[in-house]
Amino acid sequence: MTSNLVELRDLKVSFDGIQVLHGIDLDVKRGEAIGLVGESGCGKSVTWLAALGLLPGKARVSGSVRIEGRELVGQPRAALEAVRGGRIAMIFQDPSSSLNPVLRIGRQITEALALHRNLRGEAAKMEALRLMDMVGIPDARRRFDLFPHEFSGGQCQRLMIAMALAGEPDLLVADEPTTALDATIQAQILDLLIALRRETGMATVFISHDLGAVSQVCERVLVMYAGRVVEEGEIGTLFDAPRHPYTRGLFDAIPRLDGERRRLIPIHGTVPDPRRLPEGCAFAPRCSSAIDACRHLNPDLTDMADGRRLACLRPVGEAWSVAAPAVLEGAL
Amino acid sequence: MTQLLEARDLVRTYQVRRGLFGTSTPVRAVDGVSLAIKPGETLGIVGESGSGKSTLGRMLLGIDAPQGGDVVFEGEAMPKFGTPRWRALRARMQLVYQDPLAALDRRLTIAQQIGEPLEIHRIIPKEHRAARVAELMAAVGLRPDQGGRYPHELSGGQRQRAVIARALASRPKLLVCDEPVSALDVSIQAQVVNMLRDLQDANDIAMVFISHDLKVVRNIADRVAVMYLGRIVEEASSDVIFKTPLHPYTKALVSSVPVPGKVLEGRVILQGEPPNPANRPSGCAFHPRCALASDLCRSRAPDLLAVGAGRTAACHMVQAPAVAVAA
Repeated sequence: MTSNLVELRDLKVSFDGIQVLHGIDLDVKRGEAIGLVGESGCGKSVTWLAALGLLPGKARVSGSVRIEGRELVGQPRAALEAVRGGRIAMIFQDPSSSLNPVLRIGRQITEALALHRNLRGEAAKMEALRLMDMVGIPDARRRFDLFPHEFSGGQCQRLMIAMALAGEPDLLVADEPTTALDATIQAQILDLLIALRRETGMATVFISHDLGAVSQVCERVLVMYAGRVVEEGEIGTLFDAPRHPYTRGLFDAIPRLDGERRRLIPIHGTVPDPRRLPEGCAFAPRCSSAIDACRHLNPDLTDMADGRRLACLRPVGEAWSVAAPAVLEGAL
Repeated sequence: MTQLLEARDLVRTYQVRRGLFGTSTPVRAVDGVSLAIKPGETLGIVGESGSGKSTLGRMLLGIDAPQGGDVVFEGEAMPKFGTPRWRALRARMQLVYQDPLAALDRRLTIAQQIGEPLEIHRIIPKEHRAARVAELMAAVGLRPDQGGRYPHELSGGQRQRAVIARALASRPKLLVCDEPVSALDVSIQAQVVNMLRDLQDANDIAMVFISHDLKVVRNIADRVAVMYLGRIVEEASSDVIFKTPLHPYTKALVSSVPVPGKVLEGRVILQGEPPNPANRPSGCAFHPRCALASDLCRSRAPDLLAVGAGRTAACHMVQAPAVAVAA
């Protein structure tokens, strides 16, 4: 079991008594790239903010987050700070709001180097220049003393990645890192993330609502809905044959660039309000194959024969008889 | 068929001051764009940030006055911004943009806001107003009880529906949509796109659909114009342009769209960033990022010319590759 870099077990989060995360189990192996997908408000970001102790004080977090066996939940701030940035770094959607607008970019990177690797002076500057080079900032030496507003959005995201790399993390959590960027710049950043993982061997967690981007970068994907993981599998398995109706719905909703132009297939309705979660499976009200049992039972995430995990009573691609299966009747 | 809207050679320049005491330099945000839209047709406009697509959209509606060129709507020249004639015309052409929360007044209920254009343009008598609002809400898929809600009480998708209902209140003939679904999740995006198409078919509305999302544009637009640094670089029917893009920039855009379930391979990844419009490269503005660029491309900007039935492109390499290489 020690082969996992990070293990989340039964991670739950609630704000003001309203539960938003309902027990997440998730392993990240060394050097692995996993994707987290789902609509906004499904708990993708909250999962990692909770794991790193970055949620506001009113959030109640329970369960376990272990990095190489060391527990993080409930640890004092000092212990968390040794992990944050050092072992696990996180980058966000909007790079310009994560950079300090009144500090020169070089100073912000060397600050991270001093904090995590105890590098100062010329050594820190040399390393910062190397990192800027590595993330593809042209002419790093000349631009070392510029302010964030003098860089474009794509370059700011590169600089954020450089700062995240300053601590030589074992895991990079990238939360919608390309969402705010133009298509051609997005392609560049995805490429950069792939190249960095190859060069440094760090694991990557890629949070995105863009299934296309996820399949470029990741090996394994978790699909989240209403604070739960509903399906998990290797990219190939999941994309070739999604089994959860929600996963299937997400795929179908994406307009295509090839083939016939056809009417889009939306998922009807919206993500439920965490204050008013439906009984049973949270997706049942939007699901076209839901049966009565789905409105009462909340299926657990179960290991399947083909290596995926799935939480669904009526998976896609199985021939269902009109009557509910015997197992379900027994359970009811 | 006659055109609903025609724009000829539109130019819009902004003065940008560099630094606190710096001299101001002109930036050509839109640099000689011509286009035409037939009644009921959808023209997609794609391009990266800074390509001038939003400025173009505002000029088509007369919100920004062009500094060169002109716009003709239903056979008449666009009246000046703010004049009574322009205001009257605004009932016939509406704008929907990306952030519905910013477009809605947070102190008014949804039903009040959808009814406002009816009042402003005095379209129907007061006693019929409530019925028309209810009809509009039903058309965009809002429940009657949501009419009494305030914008913050609705989800992003519902707010955008409300904005669209308000835009449709005056029965416009032209809708300019600037990134209308970019802030929405794919599942909701599909709902709104389908709804727009249905409403368009039912009411014979022409649409200018501005977006950076090629997948959505391909689905909704009949024709697509690709903009780069204030100019249209390629235009063709939406079936053709994504299947066989000709301009190297369109090729790169199409190839940069990640396809779900496929691993990155053989993609054209452009180096560098879109250049600053204040510092426009000589010749073809795309040449610093173009793998095919020749000396001719560096010195002379290509014109937008026909390159086959119903399609145009502005690229020396597409128009006359042999001449371009020899030059």
